[in-house]
Amino acid sequence: MNFPIFPPQGSAFAHRVDHLYFALVAFSLAMILLILLPMIYFLFKYRRGKKANRREPRIPEVTIEITWISIPLLLMVGLYAWGADLYFHEQRPPSNALEINVIGKQWMWKTQHPEGNREINELHVPLGRTVKLTLASQDVIHSFFLPAFRIKKDVIPGYYTTEWFQATRLGTFHIFCAEYCGTHHSGMIGKVVVMDPAEYERWLSAGRPTTSLVQEGEKRFRELGCSGCHMGSSVIRAPPLEGVFGKPVPLQTGGTTIADEGYIRDSILLPNSQIVAGYQPVMPSFQGHVTEEEVLELVAYIKSLGSRPPSESLGSRIEEQR
Amino acid sequence: MPEVHTAIAEQFEDMPQQKSAATLGMWTFLATEILFFGGMFMSYITYRHAYPEAFAEASRHTIVLFGTINTAILLTSSLTMAFAVHAAQVNKTKSLVRFLLLTVFLGCCFLVVKGFEYHDDITENLWPGPHFKKSLLPQAQIFWFLYWAMTGLHAIHVTVGIVLLAIIARMAARLKFSDFYHTPVEISGLYWHFVDIVWIFLYPLLYLINRYS
Amino acid sequence: MSAVIETRPADVLVTERTVKNYLTEGRTLRSWLLTTDHKRIGILYLYSILIFFAIAAAAAALIRAELITPQGDLVTSETYNKLFTVHGVLMVWFFLIPSIPAVLGNFVIPMMIGARDVAFPKLNLLSWYLFNAGGLLALYSIIFGGVDTGWTFYTPYSSAFSNSHVVSMAAGVFVAGFGSILTGLNFIITVHTMRAPGLRWHRLPLFIWSLYSTSVILVLATPVLAITLALMALERIWHLGLFDPKLGGDPVLFQHLFWFYSHPAVYIMILPGMAVVSETITCFARKKIFGYYFVAYSSVAIAILGFLVWGHHMFVTSQSVYAGFTFSLLSFLVSVPSGVKVFNWTATLHRGSISLQTPMLYALGFIGLFVIGGLTGLFLAALATDVHLSDTYFIVAHFHYVMVGGMVTAFMGGLHYWWPKITGRMYPEKLGQLAALITYIGFNLTFFPQFIMGYLGMPRRYHAYPGEFQIYHVLSSAGASILGVGYLLPVCYFIWSLKHGKKAPPNPWNATGLEWQTPSPPPKHNFEHIPVVTGPPYQYSAEAEEELQHA
Repeated sequence: MNFPIFPPQGSAFAHRVDHLYFALVAFSLAMILLILLPMIYFLFKYRRGKKANRREPRIPEVTIEITWISIPLLLMVGLYAWGADLYFHEQRPPSNALEINVIGKQWMWKTQHPEGNREINELHVPLGRTVKLTLASQDVIHSFFLPAFRIKKDVIPGYYTTEWFQATRLGTFHIFCAEYCGTHHSGMIGKVVVMDPAEYERWLSAGRPTTSLVQEGEKRFRELGCSGCHMGSSVIRAPPLEGVFGKPVPLQTGGTTIADEGYIRDSILLPNSQIVAGYQPVMPSFQGHVTEEEVLELVAYIKSLGSRPPSESLGSRIEEQR
Repeated sequence: MPEVHTAIAEQFEDMPQQKSAATLGMWTFLATEILFFGGMFMSYITYRHAYPEAFAEASRHTIVLFGTINTAILLTSSLTMAFAVHAAQVNKTKSLVRFLLLTVFLGCCFLVVKGFEYHDDITENLWPGPHFKKSLLPQAQIFWFLYWAMTGLHAIHVTVGIVLLAIIARMAARLKFSDFYHTPVEISGLYWHFVDIVWIFLYPLLYLINRYS
Repeated sequence: MSAVIETRPADVLVTERTVKNYLTEGRTLRSWLLTTDHKRIGILYLYSILIFFAIAAAAAALIRAELITPQGDLVTSETYNKLFTVHGVLMVWFFLIPSIPAVLGNFVIPMMIGARDVAFPKLNLLSWYLFNAGGLLALYSIIFGGVDTGWTFYTPYSSAFSNSHVVSMAAGVFVAGFGSILTGLNFIITVHTMRAPGLRWHRLPLFIWSLYSTSVILVLATPVLAITLALMALERIWHLGLFDPKLGGDPVLFQHLFWFYSHPAVYIMILPGMAVVSETITCFARKKIFGYYFVAYSSVAIAILGFLVWGHHMFVTSQSVYAGFTFSLLSFLVSVPSGVKVFNWTATLHRGSISLQTPMLYALGFIGLFVIGGLTGLFLAALATDVHLSDTYFIVAHFHYVMVGGMVTAFMGGLHYWWPKITGRMYPEKLGQLAALITYIGFNLTFFPQFIMGYLGMPRRYHAYPGEFQIYHVLSSAGASILGVGYLLPVCYFIWSLKHGKKAPPNPWNATGLEWQTPSPPPKHNFEHIPVVTGPPYQYSAEAEEELQHA
């Protein structure tokens, strides 16, 4: 009979989480013994009918109380700090990560690699490379859970969430949806496949479609008519998008916001929520006309717009992505 | 000598115990009401912070004339309620009944004005949903959802208050109260003042943001 | 010998059927359905919650049966999702939250403080009717197709996607919630204004301190649940959009509002259990509680801190890291008062004269299981481990340890302890001890494997699962059948005891506490004369008990 206790440790982070887990187990065992052993001892020594000294003891009650409050408290603050530190690390993806988009919809996962490869319910990644996932939901709240890496993030309709990992072990590991999302919630599972970097490249080329994510985005950008207002010499004043990604944007209300992926998504689906200073609220909403996957393609395209004009060759565009 | 209704319920030992129980009971109940409205106030704060423009724009479509009239009505009704409680404390039954009925009347006026206002809001397409006023930002629907929910819940409380005070007025007319015993008048007064205070928060939050800038 | 109470005479030993007590005065259905007697209302609540417990337990049985095999082969996915939803909704709102407060609290509190009834007896009856009205709405929802949102009703699934009877179920919870608000309100006022002469706050039994704290939570938290469910229901009915992302609404706002109530709610579902343990441990160890003030005020601390930690249910929702830090630290802090209680109960055993009668077995069982449940809460308070464990079976195991291993165990203990007072009959002691043991074994077998499964990655609310988890599911389901026997046994012998149990004296446990100064069962108005209290509670003496034994 197989009694697995731990999921595989797919990353260095998984090791660190397991260490904290062991510490918590040790703390718990200590507390259990500290309570149960005296309890059992008392149950035997002082059971009714057994001779024992039952005189009212003279104990410094308050001192004892303070002791057994402060010592566990101190230990717990230590455990808190350890957990918080790990969490802080886990919530901040390092830069230069391989960026992959994941879209959750009832009841499947779709992934978009920057090279254009798409997968359903699978995620192929190279060993040793930091992978940052941008998560989007097409419908209800889902949660992208990778037990081998000890990470999980809710995928919430209306915004982008992110999680990241760096696989240090080859193999195939579980993907689970961890937020109840309807009838086939338990069917929304898949596999992460960690491959040798060379093998990963081969896998990419073998499955690569003719267009990359950015190129799909560019196609979408023209099809939906975005270029009509946002590019080159157009009649209607709309903010230019070259180089906008990652920079602060001044808003009509007086503040500024950073143009991250979420901002771009909101600008497409809820254009009048944060109007750029100096512009009229005339952009139509594309809510219902684009899927989350298509929005992510547009986001990828807009991200790729440095300060260069958009008539670059496809080849050099892919170079930029790398 | 008017009939003195002693009305010490059998679980209590004496009148002071009963009175303190009733009063503490009403205060505790009002605390629950604060939490009840509180969920919506928290939602309002969250979304107003997220969408200040949409909220300002949406708020400009509230009918501030009706809102202001209603504020005046409710504030006055709290005054008449306070007079009623005082009349009970000094055993002036006729004044007590009159002030209670006046409060009831003002409460009804509030509801009538609200009724006209709701009617106008609906003809202006300010009910959230597929037919919502197109010229407003989509997030304005969130403001208007909260408007209907908060003023609606408040109006339900006003209605309950009216019924409650009408019953108290009837009891007063039947000489059930005196300077010795008038706890129901006092705790109804507490309830009515609470309903007024909720409106005092609703009015600026719903009607007055960014109206004159 | 307790020198606490001076009662003026005329509390008579009840030995004959013809003597009047609260059960015999008025035997018509009408006298029960229109009663304002807190003791009868407690019994009415007991009947009601048992019905809902039975339905929810049947759902659990089906769930555990389905999970024996990895494939979803016993019921369809839709049915499975409805089963776990109904199990959660009924167990939380229609069983656990009322359990000790509405049954034992209603029965015992007035007597324990030397009062004739609660402050507002008619509101008390109204609360029972509200509970049942809510229950009817819930039953309607179940019978006409069920709900499949999970007991947490997360948007947008509940407000815009589910094809089940969400609104009627939410309405049922809404209405029943007002019943529990009234119960809490009644207890607060009763404790403030109706204590017997001499019964200062610091002379109150710890049962009162805990139930008072519970009542504060009931009264302040439940309205937030009510408005949250109402907003979700309005969104669903009229397709309006407070939580709708297409309008810029935030589905996570629902979670904040929901957990602002639901986290304090879990303290509603443990404090009363702790209340019972304080009473039974002292009585069956014949010792006053160690650290009275610490135990009393720990209840208050739990109630207050419990309102500040709701975000720990949302560490993976992308709330700010700083919110995460704050909620995590506070969650560690809120465990301290619970720890204080456990240490103090254990210390109370020192130099006691301990008898392992059924109520004591349940109290000890509570400590064992609550300690495990509480400690596993720390794994979840710690941010990094919570990210991995969120929404897995670790969470399911954690909350079942505290709610079932804790609260239900204490409820059983309390029922056994006060059964003689409530019914005038003794339950069969050996069977009682046996049932306690069976429950303890069955419970651990059911839920301990779930901790392991959870860390392995087994997600919750899964109808079918990968094969590697099967061994743990099989163990868990086996445990569940044993647990079922452990709960069924008391039902049987309690019913048996009503006709055939030994007649109970006024104070079968020789306990201190004003409720034991009345006959068993008590008269309708509790006390002939309101007692006067002159000293602290738990005036037990282990030495005196031992002398009695050796005499």
